Order: sequence, then C-alpha cells, then structure tokens
Amino acid sequence: MVNAGDMNGSGNLMDFLDEPFPDVGTYEDFHTIDWLREKSRDTDRHRKITSKSKESIWEFIKSLLDAWSGWVVMLLIGLLAGTLAGVIDLAVDWMTDLKEGVCLSAFWYSHEQCCWTSNETTFDDRDKCPLWQKWSELLVSQSEGASAYILNYFLYIMWALCFAFLAVSLVRVFAPYACGSGIPEIKTILSGFIIRGYLGKWTLLIKTVTLVLVVSSGLSLGKEGPLVHVACCCGNFFSSLFSKYSKNEGKRREVLSAAAAAGVSVAFGAPIGGVLFSLEEVSYYFPLKTLWRSFFAALVAAFTLRSINPFGNSRLVLFYVEYHTPWYMAELFPFILLGVFGGLWGTLFIRCNIAWCRRRKTTRLGKYPVLEVIVVTAITAIIAYPNPYTRRSTSELISELFNDCGALESSQLCDYINDPNMTRPVDDIPDRPAGPGVYTAMWQLALALVFKIVITIFTFGMKIPSGLFIPSMAVGAMAGRMVGIGVEQLAYHHHDWIIFRNWCRPGADCVTPGLYAMVGAAACLGGVTRMTVSLVVIMFELTGGLEYIVPLMAAAVTSKWVADAFGKEGIYEAHIHLNGYPFLDVKDEFTHRTLATDVMRPRRGEAPLSVLTQDSMTVEDVETLIKETDYNGFPVVVSKDSERLIGFAQRRELILAIKNARQRQDGVVSNSIVYFTEDPPELPPNSPHPLKLRRILNLSPFTVTDHTPMETVVDIFRKLGLRQCLVTRSGRLLGIITKKDVLRHMAQMANQDPESIMFN
Amino acid sequence: CPILDVVLSPQASTMPSQCTWQSVSSVLLIVLLCCILTPPAQASKSSEDIRCKCICPPYRNISGHIYNKNVSQKDCNCLHVVEPMPVPGNDVEAYCLLCECKYEERSTTTIKVIIIIYLSVVGALLLYMAFLVVVDPLIRKPDAYTQPLHNEEENEDARSLTAAPTPSGARANTVLERVEGAQQRWKRQVQEQRKTVFDRHKMLS
Repeated sequence: MVNAGDMNGSGNLMDFLDEPFPDVGTYEDFHTIDWLREKSRDTDRHRKITSKSKESIWEFIKSLLDAWSGWVVMLLIGLLAGTLAGVIDLAVDWMTDLKEGVCLSAFWYSHEQCCWTSNETTFDDRDKCPLWQKWSELLVSQSEGASAYILNYFLYIMWALCFAFLAVSLVRVFAPYACGSGIPEIKTILSGFIIRGYLGKWTLLIKTVTLVLVVSSGLSLGKEGPLVHVACCCGNFFSSLFSKYSKNEGKRREVLSAAAAAGVSVAFGAPIGGVLFSLEEVSYYFPLKTLWRSFFAALVAAFTLRSINPFGNSRLVLFYVEYHTPWYMAELFPFILLGVFGGLWGTLFIRCNIAWCRRRKTTRLGKYPVLEVIVVTAITAIIAYPNPYTRRSTSELISELFNDCGALESSQLCDYINDPNMTRPVDDIPDRPAGPGVYTAMWQLALALVFKIVITIFTFGMKIPSGLFIPSMAVGAMAGRMVGIGVEQLAYHHHDWIIFRNWCRPGADCVTPGLYAMVGAAACLGGVTRMTVSLVVIMFELTGGLEYIVPLMAAAVTSKWVADAFGKEGIYEAHIHLNGYPFLDVKDEFTHRTLATDVMRPRRGEAPLSVLTQDSMTVEDVETLIKETDYNGFPVVVSKDSERLIGFAQRRELILAIKNARQRQDGVVSNSIVYFTEDPPELPPNSPHPLKLRRILNLSPFTVTDHTPMETVVDIFRKLGLRQCLVTRSGRLLGIITKKDVLRHMAQMANQDPESIMFN
Repeated sequence: CPILDVVLSPQASTMPSQCTWQSVSSVLLIVLLCCILTPPAQASKSSEDIRCKCICPPYRNISGHIYNKNVSQKDCNCLHVVEPMPVPGNDVEAYCLLCECKYEERSTTTIKVIIIIYLSVVGALLLYMAFLVVVDPLIRKPDAYTQPLHNEEENEDARSLTAAPTPSGARANTVLERVEGAQQRWKRQVQEQRKTVFDRHKMLS
C-alpha cells in the first residue's frame, strides 16, 4: 500500500478514516447470501484451526479461544442489551412524567421517585407530595380550577409535540433506518438478505434515543419490537469484533438470532419466552447449538436489567402480577369469547394498517413524514388527556388492569359498594356490587378502547420507532377487564342461575377481573402477531404462575383460529409482503402442480441465457456481457455448441477479479482469453497472456431437471437457502431459476401482483 | 474485524483500518457499560434508598394511613413500622392483619447518572444536527462540493470495470481532511438511506 512518508507513524491509526476496500467473498447491499458457501467456509476455517492446534501449545490455546468466542459474544450482547433496556426504562419513566409536572428537589426524578421519601402522602391521595408539582402549580401557582386544567392540557400537548418532533428529526437526519418496528426487516435479514447499515452503530444510537422520546410522547406504540432491533444491532456490533463471525454471514446470523432472544427477554422479563419468540417468529435457520447460547444471552440480559432495577422492586416489567386465585371451568366460555375478539381485532388491525401503509407508500401522504408524525401526536395528545386511562402511559394502564382489587388498591376500578355492617376488612370482601366508580371506569374504558383501536392503526408504520405489543395488550386488557367486571356483576346479582350455581356461591370469591384482562391481552397479541407457544410462555412468565396456562392457551388458540380464517398472514409477514422483501416463508405451503420449466428463465420468446464459455471468451467479451446485463451471476458452459454445465460465476467476483487482474497482472489486456479450466487452453503464439479465473468459479451449482415439480424446487430453496438454481435437460443447460423468480411465481399463484417483489 | 487475531498474533503490526476503529469504539462502549453498571453494584444503601412501606386501610373509626420507615428487610412488618400504633394493645393484631407491608429499594445514583447521560447524548445529537442542517451548507457553499448522485447506481458497475487505479496517491494527508472524507462518506450513506426510506419508499413502508 502506498503510504505518505511523513505520516508513517500515525498512518495506521488514521487508516480507519479511509474508505475500506471490498474483498472478494463479501456481498453487495440488497442481495441474498449463499448459505451453502458460508457453511463450507466455516467448516474450512474450523478444520484449519483444528489441524493447526496440534502444532503447539499456543495454537491449542488459540483454538480454545476460538471455540469460546461464541460465548463471549453472547455475554457481551446480554450485558449491552440489558443496559440499554434499563436506560430506556428509566428515561421513559422520567420523561413520561415530565409532560405533567416536574420534581423540585431534583429534576431527574419521576413522580413516584420524587414522592418516595415524602411524609405527605395519605391513604386517599397516594400520589400527592409537595415536592412534585404540576406545571400549572409551578407557572401560575394554581392547582385546581379551569385555568389550571387548560394550562396543564396545553403543556401536555406541547411536550408531546416537542418529543415527537425531536424524534422524527433525529431519525430523518441521522439514521433513516431506525424507523418502524424492525422485526419484518430482521426476519428478512436472518433469512439471508443483506441490508447494509440496518444494524449499524448510528442506527443503534438513534433507535435507543428516539425510542425513549416517542414512548414518552404518549403515542400509541410500544417498545418491544424496537428493543429486538436494538439487541440485534448490539449483536451485529459485537460479532464484528471477532473474525469468526465478522467474515461469515451465516455464523453472524446465528448470533443475531440469539440477540433477538435477548431483546424480547429484556422487554418482557421472560428469558424462555424470548428464546421461543426468536425460534418461532424471527429466525430462519435455528441450529440447536444456538438454542443454548440464546438462552444464555437472554439470561445475562435479564440479569443485567434486574441489577439496574429500573422499577425499584426487582421486577423486570412494570406489569408483573402475582396472584394465585383459581379459575373455574365455566369461565372458559368468556375466555373463548375474548379469544374470538382478539382474532377479529387482529384481522381488522392488519387489514386497516396495511391499507393505510400502502396509501402512505403510493400517494402524496408519504411526502410529508414529519408533518404526519406531528399531526398524529397532536390528535393523540388532544384526545388522550381528558380520559384518565389514556392520559397515563400504556404500561401503567396495563398494570392497573392486570392487578386484582386487593385490600389496598385505590383505583376507581376497585370502587365497590361496601356493606357497613361487615366486620371483615373493607376492600377484601369479594362478592360486592359495583359502586359508581366502577361504572364510571367502565364507560371511560370503553371510550379508551375505541380510541386505542383507531389510533394504533395510524401510528404503527410511521417514520419513528414503533412497536406493536403494548398497544395490542392494552386493547385486549381493556376488553378483558370489562368482560371480567361484567361476569363478576352478573354472578353477584344472579347467584342462583344454573351457570353460577355450582362454583360461585354468595360470598365466595369466584371471578377475578384481572385474569380476564390478562387473557384478553394474550388473545389480542396472538391475533395480531399469530404467535403461539412463545405468546403463552411470555404471558405465563409475566404472571409468574402455571395456574393460568389453560385459559391463556384457550384464548390464544381461539384467536389464532379466528384470525387465520380471515387471512393467513400475521402483521410482520404482511409488512414483508407490502415492502416486497425477498423472504421465502417456511410456513407457507406450495401446493400447485407447476414444473420447473414453467418458472425458469429464459421463457419462450425471451433472449437466450447469457452464459460464459469455458475458454473461448476474451476479457472484453466478458466485460461487455457484464455491462449490458444486470444478472447476478452467469453459468459457465463448455462451449456455445455443447451447453454442458461446468459451474457458476458471480457477477461481483468477476468484476473484482478482472479489475485486480488488469491492475496487477502483466500482460492481461482486453484481448486476453479468460479460461476457467485448470490448464490454459492452446493458444497461438503472440497472443496475450490468458487470465485464469477458476478460483472464483463455483464448481457445484445446484441443478434440477426441467420436469422437477415446483413443490420440490421451492422446498430446495427453502431448506438450503439457495439464491439460484440451474435447470438442465439431458445434461444440457436450459435455464435458470432465481429466488426472485420463485417468489414471483408464488405470488402469481396466490393471485397477488408478481411485480411487487422488488429486490434482487 | 478480528480483534482476537490482533490480540493473538503479535506479528500483525499493521492493523487493518476498520479494525482499529472498531477496537476503539468497542473499548469505549465497554468503559461506558462499566460506568453504568458500577453505580448499582456498589449502591451503598444510603438512607434515601431503602424503605419499608406499610399501607393500612381504614379500621373502625381510624382513617387509612401510609407509614414509611427505613428498616431492613427482615424488620419490614407492621409491628416495627407502624408507629405510633393508633389502636390499643389488644387490637394491634387485628389491625396489623389488615396492613400490607412491602420492602422497596432503589438506587438514586443510577437514576441520576442515567438521566444525565441520556440528556447529554440528546443535547450532543441536537447540536450536531443543528450544525449539519444549518452551519454545514453555509461552509460548503464556496467549495461547490457536489456529488452526482443521480445516475450513480446504473454506472457503478461499468465504471468500476474501466476505472483508473484507486487514487491511493491522491489520498489526503492531513488529519482534518481525512476526518472530512470519512464524514462525507457517512453523509452519503445516510443520504442513500434517506432516499430509500423517505423518498422512494422502497423499505420500511
């Protein structure tokens, strides 16, 4: 390398500022990787290390360190993901309360932290303390009355707009890839697609910072999906420190699968659920070795988050519940009803959201992203403030809905009428009629439910980090709690009905509305994402008890059946189809009877296949071929007459090899013959030096015959992760099938637009 | 970047450039991690940070009350915390059955450190954004630095085949120019991303 003489000493340090050279063996942006090649390269590397390890003690230690590097990466990912989740939780806690007031003793305390040491809190008004003042108290010294309300309202909206505007500006200026949920793109990346910069450092920083801002602004979105993206960015960062993972795209994706598990684990405090989520929803190839490592990463992340202790009680999630009241078989009927509601809501949400996102993609609405975010935030803030259930953050709402009315709950939902003659402690009597507070809460919850259903459709998919888990759980929890209170009051007023007689006697504690809220949340989440096992495991890790597995499963199964009756795709697959990512879903079944000839290129009437010959093309011919076409690779045949297949050469490697040869090798000119055989061909004297390109040739391309059914071809593509497959007849090359052709064919068979598959 | 290879092979005197940058950033990140994790680890239990909170509901003619006291976890029960006891001696047990006591701890240093770090990061990003949006175009105007981005992708392959040897001789020498080169490259990348996401709506709807 040429090096400036006077910068020799510090030249190496400053090299990082120069542009990196692309090597042979890396992939271009928006292309699919070759899984088989990555696997064989990893096997080669491993074999080399193993053979060298027998030479000396030092080599042996190096081989041990190489084997342990996987665990070191998992440890680092868990630490960083847990730390970032703790930072996000604490910052969200503070900034959400900042919209309403500020702590005078130390501005960095949220409302609850500010009142922690106060002696002024009373039983009736547990949030009151003089140190924390609302904005109206601070600015105009009034805390009650119309002017105070209006001032608080106005400042709430201003803070929400400020946060949202800051978030969308940061995303637009620094890291446009930080918007959205991230899970559809991560699914595509894990299936073998390359999106450069999607898991980069700037994306990580901006996503973390703006996630806090948008959650605090009161918008109807969650942070679980973006936390998976953040964790995968951490995974990408740490895997680039070790050559075992940085040079091999296949191994890197194993690390990313484990990182996704760590992300869900810190979002819900559910390590096992996180691993199952990664296995079920996000990953494509999940070797069993990754299972154990994912679990390790998830545990480390959960432990790190717990040591930061963002919620002050050693719990990892704000809405962890811990009651163990039993449920009864007759309650399965309302649980199944909640499941049906969840499935219906999931279908409605997916259809409306995809229609709205499609409108954003294709019409003028997409030209004003910043304005769209501001308008949606303004509408959300204006409608959310009057209703106490939407004014607070969604996690707190879910927490209140999940909690059972114990002896000491002071919320409006627990305002039951007490018989003044009872000697038992107040609020602990289970069988009571609802008081006026409960009725107020019911209609407020109904309004909040409708509002949340509508506004989430417009919020998910905007150009800010947005997740979907928390709003879905909120919708389900509200519906569930209302159903629960309804069943409870029905049981109170009609103890003698046949459905209640056996299990709900007067004075008995039979119905727990909090459980209905949990079941509703699980049903709605399952209806939208179509998660199965991972959903149930996450929910029971949230509740800390195995008693409620049967109701949760009943609701999840019902919601999935109902939702699948209307459409096969969950929200993430729907977004993948909307964006045209080349994702070959393992869950789809291909049941049509087409053959490989129907799909292969070139079709009848098209130009013949562009091939390279073994030893009869010049460098200029190859360059012309590359310039005139935009195929990703070219088959190499013996000669144009006998089209017997030798191998397959990638476009990028041809370009790089020819460029290197022109610069470095003597005598290689435009008239030099390019040969792919072991020995150079017979050339007349005085001909220029030939160029050997056997090194870049893949000698074992996958081939099928023209009568292979497409079902088998699709299976091969899925199971082996191929990019292209050559079609032969009687040993002669006939055509080529690429992954894009397969996806287009499947779209055509499903009566969708085959031109919507956009990427290569 | 093979940080492990760099560590283990002493003859690698010329570190690849990407490797150095990633090693530096990873060391910084690990230092930051330690800074954030050590406050909770050595969270000395200052008097502000632990409490036992007992909530007692109304009982007969005594109104409900909340009691806070700074005791250890094993002393966190009604008898130690509720002072002064509002009921006479024989009623204490019945009263205490109603009360619910919870032990809570928090770490004020963690909260303070994290919030201040977060605000400084947001502030730094805001300043940089203001610089990029407002100041940078004013500085760049006399240089007339333009990059023809329109037809870049179509000609890229063709250009790379017939391109002159990489301009290694024309590499900028001073640190400032190299920083500027790196920044220009980053800006180009972000502009490409912005075009993909915001303008052409090719990704992320």
